[in-house]
Amino acid sequence: MIDRHLVTLTVNGREHELLLESRKTLADTLREDLGLTGTHLGCEHGICGACTVLLDGEPVRACLVFGVQADGAEVRTVESLAEEGGELNDLQQSFSRNHGLQCGFCTPGFLMLAEAYLDTDPVGDAEEVREVVSANLCRCTGYQGIVDAVVEVAAARKEQRQA
Amino acid sequence: MTEQIGLRAPRKEDHRLLVGDGRFGADVRPSHTVHVRIVRSPIAHGVVRGVDTTEAKAVRGVVDVVTAADLPSDLRIPVRLDVGEADLSAYLQPVLAKETVRYVGEPLAAVVAESAYVAEDAAELVDIDIDERDVLLDVDDGPALVADTLRLGFGDVDAAFEAAAKVVSTDVSIGRHTAVPMEPRALTVDYSPATGALDVFGATKVPVFNRHVLADLLGIDQNAIRMHAVDAGGGFGVRGEFYPEDFLIPWLATRLRRPMAWVEDRAEHLVAVNHSREQRHRVEAAFDSDGRLLGLRADVRHDNGAYVRTHGVIVPELTLAMLPGPYRVPAYAGRVRVMLTNKTPCGTYRAPGRFEGTTAREQLFDKAAAELGVDRVELRRRNLLSPAELPHTRAMNTLGTDVVLDAGDYPGLLDRALAKVDDLEWRELVRGARAAGRRVGLGVSMFLEKSGLGPHDTADVEITSTGRIRVHSGGTSLGQGIETVLAQIVADEFGVDIDQVDVVNGDTLLQPYGTGSWASRSTVVAGSAVRGAGREVAARMRDLGARMLEVSPDDVEVTAAQVRVRGAAMNAVTFADVWRASQPGSTWLAADEPAGLYARHRFSVDHMTYPYGAHVCVAEIDPGTGGIEVLRYLVAYEVGRAVNPTLVEGQLRGGVAQGVGGALLERFSYDDAGQPQATTFMDYLMPTASEVPVVDLVVCEDAPATTNPLGVRGAGEGGLTGAGAAIASAVSDALDLPSIGELPITPGAVIGYVRQAASESGNRQ
Ligand code: FES
Ligand code: FES
Repeated sequence: MIDRHLVTLTVNGREHELLLESRKTLADTLREDLGLTGTHLGCEHGICGACTVLLDGEPVRACLVFGVQADGAEVRTVESLAEEGGELNDLQQSFSRNHGLQCGFCTPGFLMLAEAYLDTDPVGDAEEVREVVSANLCRCTGYQGIVDAVVEVAAARKEQRQA
Repeated sequence: MTEQIGLRAPRKEDHRLLVGDGRFGADVRPSHTVHVRIVRSPIAHGVVRGVDTTEAKAVRGVVDVVTAADLPSDLRIPVRLDVGEADLSAYLQPVLAKETVRYVGEPLAAVVAESAYVAEDAAELVDIDIDERDVLLDVDDGPALVADTLRLGFGDVDAAFEAAAKVVSTDVSIGRHTAVPMEPRALTVDYSPATGALDVFGATKVPVFNRHVLADLLGIDQNAIRMHAVDAGGGFGVRGEFYPEDFLIPWLATRLRRPMAWVEDRAEHLVAVNHSREQRHRVEAAFDSDGRLLGLRADVRHDNGAYVRTHGVIVPELTLAMLPGPYRVPAYAGRVRVMLTNKTPCGTYRAPGRFEGTTAREQLFDKAAAELGVDRVELRRRNLLSPAELPHTRAMNTLGTDVVLDAGDYPGLLDRALAKVDDLEWRELVRGARAAGRRVGLGVSMFLEKSGLGPHDTADVEITSTGRIRVHSGGTSLGQGIETVLAQIVADEFGVDIDQVDVVNGDTLLQPYGTGSWASRSTVVAGSAVRGAGREVAARMRDLGARMLEVSPDDVEVTAAQVRVRGAAMNAVTFADVWRASQPGSTWLAADEPAGLYARHRFSVDHMTYPYGAHVCVAEIDPGTGGIEVLRYLVAYEVGRAVNPTLVEGQLRGGVAQGVGGALLERFSYDDAGQPQATTFMDYLMPTASEVPVVDLVVCEDAPATTNPLGVRGAGEGGLTGAGAAIASAVSDALDLPSIGELPITPGAVIGYVRQAASESGNRQ
């Protein structure tokens, strides 16, 4: 007997009612039930961070959270970042400008991790950013572009806040 | 119009990848797709008594379970890149093991179910009965089965060693690594019952070749198969070769007549995908009294794992071919024995054979410098080939071509690297740290790379109805930015910027002759093909446009999406106009003239091109914990011509990160029964942002390659090739030891070296 639960998930501002097997991960729920394939699975054991999404504003590994655990919660995925017309947000633009992505597979995870960090009104220097992004793995870029991108946006957002 | 080649153009790939619109192998899901789970051997070596699928088949949601007995015949996966004369057919990997299993992870059965979760449940219920046999895990434990012995060399090496004033030797072994792209392998196969056609998504690297192998193994026409190279989450050599799964998934789709998907999990990936690197090198050099090389010897044992895969013995062969590096080596003798063990089989991983051979040779140079009492850099400088000596032919043959080192300035590049190191004040940094009692060292390595392997690649360029330029190339996109690079190359033929260009790579219907992306060849070979095709189409547009404008073709130019009369920009037709004029029935077309604006061009090349470079780094060891930190890093690299400097830099930085992993962290170890000890990211350690230093770069464009019209030399591997050597050099310097014998250099090894160094200096006093 497969046990299923009816849950309500708000993903990127839209509410969904889903019948989920209790063992189904949040990552699979997003990808398979909602078609949001921007969330990637690199290890399914909580190390690589490719699956990072925001659950009530906190970065989580969507491979380690069950879909049913997100019942009633707000989830944000990479698909929420750009404007309606597809215009990239400041962080996405900065990733592109600083060559913070190559294959782009790790990128959604880094973007969501960085969004959560940037929301904390951080110091935003290279040392702190390096520490933060060391939570996720990237095999292509050597990390420098990722660090540069986040540092740049931290500074710009700080300026905006102070203005 | 600004020239696009050489521009730091923003990548065409970025937008879709940043918004989550990338289409990776597991993102393609036709309706009614079923999911495959592979059942793998839990035993490293044994005789298969039985594989019982009864219980698995009974699980609700399971569609099929197959074993070797269900396969059409005894299929083995052929070698893609053949070198040498040895017959390797006895060592080829079967699709599913039948009588014997030879490594943990070898495929034994496949379960098909309505969901991936159910497939995984049922796979657990497949009952495998294996009679265990002894395992062979160490090439020194022999008698290892030798799959092949290769020899390469030139000159009279025995005479060189007899004449030597000094002979220096060292042993260097390199750990077992693999590429670990962040996206696990994934394949989705769509099947059309009406026609029997197969659409395969996720075969990104050599789709044309894989289509050929698949058609052969299935016994069907190649035209029934269309490979789509979708986005790929990194390749680095391992992704996209023809593995057992590349037969199984399409075959299951035809057997069950429905769409089929397979995504490996990370534990599987680490035992199933090609391993690489594990080699032991005994290297010896003969020097005259001035510290000039007279001869070089290398004896290598290559731990190939359980089967010979698609690369045959190319990695050990490349080790030998590239081992002399950028140096003047009058006589050379190399031998490599390819040994079979009960581990995952090997293939290439970025800088195959060169990461290994460069580490061995450069450690030999460090040791020689110590023994000869010459500065490490000075010894290298004395032995580097000078610009006047190039082109330089080495009287040996590799990958079916002669080794002809084309233009370059090796000592000049070393000087530029060291000048930058002086600017950055790294020597002061090292001196100061040492004076303060810290164990800091400076490391240096020189390397020679190879790229642009032929024999050919094909590209199609066409103008579309809206006047856009479309490229169908055989280069495949593994994250390196090849779409952008090819767009830049073709844009210059039409005087447009890259927004006007669409690049579709690796679709075997659109480009049936492409040869894929590997060996740092796609910009060089595919790029040259695209340039040729673009040039032909532009010429035809000039022709047709001139007719429309009623002037001579010499009087028009193709630029800014128009064909216009020179010096009279108002007198012009758009690309879309010319496209319309090229359609069947157009009055502008001559009676026998083919319709459309399209060209296919094949670019062939006989010789590889040889980029080169230097790595310099500063590393610190903690004598208490044995920890190593790479504090500073510099790569100097001659790329011939950088089509997009930003992307070249990205390739080099990414390579360094993998080099740090290879030098310090990454290793597959096995227990005595052959059980892999690294099956998660908790035990196969890869560098994070905390371990990878900031990388300074000196990218040189001083020696354009002479083997291709673009002058490019390939940038995919140079960030990695010299990294093991440079880091080992820095660590040995920090330890006051002449050389390091083994990579990765673990904390335990560092502690051992600290003790050794202490006792050696005790002996000296
Ligand atoms: S897939 Fe979730 S952490 Fe790797
Ligand atoms: S860009 Fe490829 S893994 Fe990060």
